[in-house]
Amino acid sequence: MTQSEKGPAMPDRAHALDLLRGMIRIRRFEEKCAELYSAMKIRGFLHLCIGEEAIPVGVMQALTPQDAIVATYREHGHALARGMSAGAVMAEMYGKVGGCSRGRGGSMHLFDAATRFYGGNAIVGGGLPLAVGLGLADRMQEKANVTACFFGEGAVAEGEFHESMNLAALWRLPVLFLCENNLYAMGTALQLSESNTDIHEKAAGYGVASEAVDGMDVLAVEAAARRASDAIRAGKGPYFLELRTYRFRPHSMFDPELYRDKDEIEAWKRRGPIVTFSGHLRDAGLLDDAALASIEAEVEREVDEAVAFAEASDWEPVGDLTRDVYTEEDAA
Amino acid sequence: MTAHAAGGGTIALTYREAVRAALREALEADPRVFLMGEDVGRYGGCYAVSTGLLADFGPERIRDTPLSESVFVGAGIGAALGGMRPIVEVMTVNFSLLAIDQIVNNAATIRHMSGGQFSIPLVIRMATGGGKQLAAQHSHSLEGWYAHIPGIRVVTPATIADARGMLASALACPDPVLIFENALLYNEKGEIPADAGAVDIDRAAIRRPGSDVSLITYGGSLGKTLTAAESLAGQGIEAEVVDLRTLRPLDDATILDSVRRTRRAVIVDEGWRSVGIAAEVMARIMEQAFYDLDAPVARVCSEEVPIPYARHLEAAALPQTDKIIRAVEHLMGSHD
Amino acid sequence: MPSLGSDMEAGTLVEWLVAPGDTVSRGDIVAVVETQKGAIEIETFEAGVVDRLVVEPGTEVPVGTVIAHIRGAGEPAAPEAPAPEAPEAKPKPKPKAPKPAAAKPAGPAPTRVRVSPVARRRAGQLGIDPETLAGTGPGGAVSLEDVERAAAAAPATAASATRAATPPDASAAMRRAIAAAMARSKREIPHYYLSTTIDLTQALDWLEAENRRLPVAGRLLYGALLVKATALALGEVPELNGFWRDDGFVPGPGIHVGAAIALRRGGLVAPAIHDTDGKDLGAVMQALRDLVQRARGGRLRASELSDPTVTVTSLGENGVEAVFPVIYPPQVAIVGFGSVVERPWSVDGRIESRRVITASLAADHRVSDGHRGALFLRALDRRLQDPETLA
Repeated sequence: MTQSEKGPAMPDRAHALDLLRGMIRIRRFEEKCAELYSAMKIRGFLHLCIGEEAIPVGVMQALTPQDAIVATYREHGHALARGMSAGAVMAEMYGKVGGCSRGRGGSMHLFDAATRFYGGNAIVGGGLPLAVGLGLADRMQEKANVTACFFGEGAVAEGEFHESMNLAALWRLPVLFLCENNLYAMGTALQLSESNTDIHEKAAGYGVASEAVDGMDVLAVEAAARRASDAIRAGKGPYFLELRTYRFRPHSMFDPELYRDKDEIEAWKRRGPIVTFSGHLRDAGLLDDAALASIEAEVEREVDEAVAFAEASDWEPVGDLTRDVYTEEDAA
Repeated sequence: MTAHAAGGGTIALTYREAVRAALREALEADPRVFLMGEDVGRYGGCYAVSTGLLADFGPERIRDTPLSESVFVGAGIGAALGGMRPIVEVMTVNFSLLAIDQIVNNAATIRHMSGGQFSIPLVIRMATGGGKQLAAQHSHSLEGWYAHIPGIRVVTPATIADARGMLASALACPDPVLIFENALLYNEKGEIPADAGAVDIDRAAIRRPGSDVSLITYGGSLGKTLTAAESLAGQGIEAEVVDLRTLRPLDDATILDSVRRTRRAVIVDEGWRSVGIAAEVMARIMEQAFYDLDAPVARVCSEEVPIPYARHLEAAALPQTDKIIRAVEHLMGSHD
Repeated sequence: MPSLGSDMEAGTLVEWLVAPGDTVSRGDIVAVVETQKGAIEIETFEAGVVDRLVVEPGTEVPVGTVIAHIRGAGEPAAPEAPAPEAPEAKPKPKPKAPKPAAAKPAGPAPTRVRVSPVARRRAGQLGIDPETLAGTGPGGAVSLEDVERAAAAAPATAASATRAATPPDASAAMRRAIAAAMARSKREIPHYYLSTTIDLTQALDWLEAENRRLPVAGRLLYGALLVKATALALGEVPELNGFWRDDGFVPGPGIHVGAAIALRRGGLVAPAIHDTDGKDLGAVMQALRDLVQRARGGRLRASELSDPTVTVTSLGENGVEAVFPVIYPPQVAIVGFGSVVERPWSVDGRIESRRVITASLAADHRVSDGHRGALFLRALDRRLQDPETLA
């Protein structure tokens, strides 16, 4: 396959299995989420990233614990790949006080100070200015951190995208812009909303270094993220990656998918990040059935433990309803 | 300050100079503080508030931004999350609508959505109000809109002392604070103690004691209201003037204490009449002081029209001293 | 809506007894109104033709609301009604009518006297009916200052007030009305009390003789004798008959004895027997019977409740020996009678068994002194020793 020939070299076995395990972990966790949604344990919106797992897993390889992450409402994968506890994420979806946002945010608003995970932002494009500001703070404090900002290709139509590209480039801020181009902004295809569908060219127009990357190839994503973060840490200003991917499941849970063909979905599934990467690993002699079974068993145990944690967690007392609106509890 | 050494007396300065002095003090006191906004640096601020600061503090801390309200307000939020103490200047409240997503969806919510993990110690300053013949896209008073939002604080310095002292308290507050500076006040001159410093941003203040009616106001209407009160005193009506100072949280205790003493209230609010801060103050009086009232609570607000350009029409659209006097006379039964 | 007492704030129109086009004379009963004291017949003080009935049966309206228009002889009919009107039957003072102003919300004219919330609360504390005050607030509303001024200027004219306009429980409302009136009486009126025991034997003998010749339906009870004798005695001591108003005594326009009648559900009323002194005994008896019947049926007339110039109360039926009654303000005296009892009595130097009754007087010391009260009791005794003159 041309891609693998052009792609980065196969890493050592331990790292390769880590990448595979990371993607399987997200996949199984989200499959469990869909099941729990049907069982009404999880409510509200539930946006799954199944099919897009290579992106969070690949990008996080390039980040240090001091780096910051700003994500979207389809951010379970980013949270898990960043190292947030699966139990805290699951409890958040349950709305329990043991959740990573004490049940105040839900699926779309996962936050974690310990891993510098700044949400879970559900206004399309709204997270980009935050990332610019986080980058500005690091720059002004002379910290060599990167702020990784995930957003979908739908955000590119928002003014905030353009304002953010311009300011980050103008001030040469250490922000890694990660556009997850899954071809559909909810149900609107890219070619129906953008005059130029080569999104990375838009960033280039602002003088931001940019690349298009196969977002279904975890190794390609990791390599690009390393290139980008190295450049940012070297003080070269922001970097833009257009990560071409596809979500296998509907936009949210209640979506009959009238806007795309089943054939199209099936074709992308054949290029799925887990199936292709495990195929490469087998071809390279790095993965066998036993190793895969071991990963699956390990992931299953973690997901089960996450569900048990969520089930066991408490509901926050209604008497605490108005806490955390202000830092001082007596305000307003 | 030098004047302090000269005997702890008072110094005379304008509202603009008071804000500038507060900015300078904050920039000197805390390296995390920086000022960011359109034309705050080389131009010196569109109302000349930040004139001279660029020279003293440099372009890293006095940041001219592109005309991109959403990103520079959002960047203020992000920088606050990242450990800085940003002061973002939005030229006028009218332009803040281009950043309202960042203010309402991010600044006001992140502490709550994150289960209390992240605070946003951000200050946003903006000019507000009409009266300078700037017409309908530069003259509105939308403080009441922002006061609707849980998660942010809204303060309205109306005096030189508050212009000088509210910024430090706002910066010390771990949550987002919006400071509304009425543009007509910038040239107001007054004396404050030479060592004037931080003032609270929680309480309303009685600017003039009185026994017959409470005139409750804030920001650019305070002066007009005080003038009206002096005129009413000539008729034997002693009006108490309450300066709200903070629109969120509202200081119910001071408002209600005043109304319970005077038994009558007129709210003077440069915002439009419908669904505004005046309506909120009236509602709280109804809820908590109904049985202390001697007359229906009244309000003097802007007329329900985009602020017009023509001088006489603009004057007719805004609260004015004579309207306040008439409203009080009506309440006192001297005019039906 | 006529005021049937200073403690009445509102009434519910129960039924109209006239229709548009009917000719009415002064004193005709035109409607029945339910009040806190029960259903009361409303009489008209105007003569003419009923032009228009304004208030629908079942509607509660404040005192002072126009409930009907009566066209005097020769007056043209009023044009078809523009909806409900502002109060105009209000005795005093007439509130300034609000001037329509563009800024004010449009709507029907207020149908009640405007009283500010704080004024209403303070008036309640002071026992003042705020709706009787001249308002100086916006639109003529009564303000706190108006109430305080009224309280300071004329505490005695302050009417007793009751709280809510329509109490759900009529007897509870009556209790509150009595409470307010009696509390005010005890607070404001310096009572003095006198009593004497009167030999009633001769009067009762005469009454029995009279009753033997009267048809059963027309038979007289000794209560009628007591009421008539009281009325005649009051004629000799007129300062016990009338009202304390505006810091002074106002003599009654006649002697209208109010007869205290206990109601079966509790509470009491004291409707007037108009011009008691001028009525013959039969007419007094007739009036008493009628009042008791109607009071207990809840159908007294407005003027009967508001007109008494003095009150007579008798608790004799219950074996009470002497009564120490409380004056009903703004009246200045009340006469009480105990039971008729047989007692050894000295008559012309001999001890005899006689039927006697204890009469007592409570009077307002601001108006009269004990000496005048004693003269009244003596006159009462004298009248009762001469029963023929009571006929």
